[in-house]
Amino acid sequence: MSATPFLTLSALLFTIGAVGVLVRRNAIVVFMCVELMLNATNLAFVTFARVHGNLDGQIAAFFVMVVAAAEVVVGLAIITSIFRTRRSASVDDASLLKY
Amino acid sequence: MTLPMQPEFTSPVIEYSRLYPLLIVFGVAAVGVLVEAFLPRDRRYLVQVVLAVLGLGGALAGTILVAADLDVAAGDLTARGLVAAEGAVSIDGPTVFIWGVLLALSILSVLLFAERRLEGGITAFAGQAAALPGTEAERQASTRGIEHTEIFPLAMFAVGGMMLFPAANDLLTMFVALEVLSLPLYLLCGLARRRRLISQEAAVKYFLLGAFSSAFFLYGIALVYGYAGTFTLAGIDRAVTDRVGGQNLLLAGMGLMAVGLLFKVSAAPFHAWTPDVYQGAPTAVTAFMASCTKIAAFGALLRVFFVGFGGAQWDWRPMMWIVAIITMVVGSVVALTQTDIKRMLAYSSIAHAGFLLVGFAGVFEGSSGYTGITSLQSILFYLTAYGFATVGAFAIVTMVRDAGGEATHLSRWAGLGKRSPLLAGVFAFFLLAFAGIPMTSGFIGKWSVFSAAWSGGAWPLVVVAVVMSVVAAFFYVRVIVLMFFSDPVGEGPTVAVPSALTGIAVAVTVAATVVLGVVPGPVLDLAQEAGSFVR
Repeated sequence: MSATPFLTLSALLFTIGAVGVLVRRNAIVVFMCVELMLNATNLAFVTFARVHGNLDGQIAAFFVMVVAAAEVVVGLAIITSIFRTRRSASVDDASLLKY
Repeated sequence: MTLPMQPEFTSPVIEYSRLYPLLIVFGVAAVGVLVEAFLPRDRRYLVQVVLAVLGLGGALAGTILVAADLDVAAGDLTARGLVAAEGAVSIDGPTVFIWGVLLALSILSVLLFAERRLEGGITAFAGQAAALPGTEAERQASTRGIEHTEIFPLAMFAVGGMMLFPAANDLLTMFVALEVLSLPLYLLCGLARRRRLISQEAAVKYFLLGAFSSAFFLYGIALVYGYAGTFTLAGIDRAVTDRVGGQNLLLAGMGLMAVGLLFKVSAAPFHAWTPDVYQGAPTAVTAFMASCTKIAAFGALLRVFFVGFGGAQWDWRPMMWIVAIITMVVGSVVALTQTDIKRMLAYSSIAHAGFLLVGFAGVFEGSSGYTGITSLQSILFYLTAYGFATVGAFAIVTMVRDAGGEATHLSRWAGLGKRSPLLAGVFAFFLLAFAGIPMTSGFIGKWSVFSAAWSGGAWPLVVVAVVMSVVAAFFYVRVIVLMFFSDPVGEGPTVAVPSALTGIAVAVTVAATVVLGVVPGPVLDLAQEAGSFVR
């Protein structure tokens, strides 16, 4: 079976994630879109591992998952702290720093 | 019953004798976490500071020892070193040079982190990050003198990631190193004691944009893996030289990886986070970030593009030319309009990324018998010069204060030269070094980078770079004029007397900037001895 459908799906998911980061307002949703991008990458890794017939890509997928989990810990801590201060998780409200 | 034939297991070879500086830093970071868990609060500060400084100092000494006995790499005339840890890390001339500079600068940064006298006996970091700004809980934490000593292990983890990032010899290690260096920095940015709203805002912006850019970097890695079938840079180099598979995959992968790396070196158009984060973060963290992250990220950028994608030079050079020009123009021109000293220094750091990219896009790798400086070596020297001046400049910013903490608005700096000529003089000296005036480190750095780029045939870039240096010099001089030739407005800020920690940091950075400017020979020789990357 051709790898193209998997790679297309991966690119599609990545694009949805990237567009989501750019257009959504809520920091949590933006962050979820980043996670979607990472998962799209995992799909690409696994597909390419299958194409090349080696395990490197599959191992990479595990590393990406661990990194994504660590990123969640740090990210949610930061987003929670700014939410508690401002009572809002909108990335548009945080605008003291500009130009 | 017999078991099916098992392939023989060979245990991996880890060259501990070459990797130990890295392991010391990570080890000390882990010990720092244990100290947080088991030591009473009032003793943590001293233990953490001593631990961090000793750890970094030990790693620096180790780096020097490792550098002293690097062997000439097999089959290569210019590179010294080896690929260690089963191909994951390369310990070569550029790596140990970058490690040395990173460790020296992070010791100075840790001294700035540990500064307590400026805030009246407490560090410049939030007493209790979980307490809301302006609440009773925050006031209580403040009056009880609570402080977060977790900043030291966090900084150590960041330093470890920064050391691994330019040394990584395969893309997966590089990605993990990128995250290890970034995640602690996101947290450190949000931990300012004063102006916590903008500090938290800086952390959120840095985090979201950083995660976004590292997702691009990762997708780039996936595409390059799809193209080459391997993560190792040597394997990618072979695939690129042999032109296997579809070139579109390679081009897309290279482009996406460049986005991630250029974000970290804060090159335009991926620079939007830099001014906000540099302004909002605690100034000690800004000093650390501005100098060390840039060094680590440039090391990784050079390694990926020179070693991995060297064979596709003609595909990525035009892109890097454009990025270099945009970065220089944006950094220099927008800095003219800034009214906040930290923001101005942030744009100055963007402009410096542009000047460094000139050397990078010039790609001059020398030839046999050539004794001049190559792109890589000139960039190593420039990074050293820039790093010391940056830490020094931000250290000065922490000392100019008024009732609300640091007085970062430029109007508050008017007439500072009359009130305290020494401090204003030192700051002016750093600004002149940034501008690249002869007899400072910045001049030698700029000169070597531009001459390497010229040798590489990138003369149009060099012309733009020289013009932009003049534009950039204008806003540095503007601050100097403001400090020395205008009268203070109203009360004006006070210049706080720091403890010996900040004093040492400033003294060392001034000395380094002078020495690198007046007798650059030894460090230039060291940079040249770094040779080139092992493959």
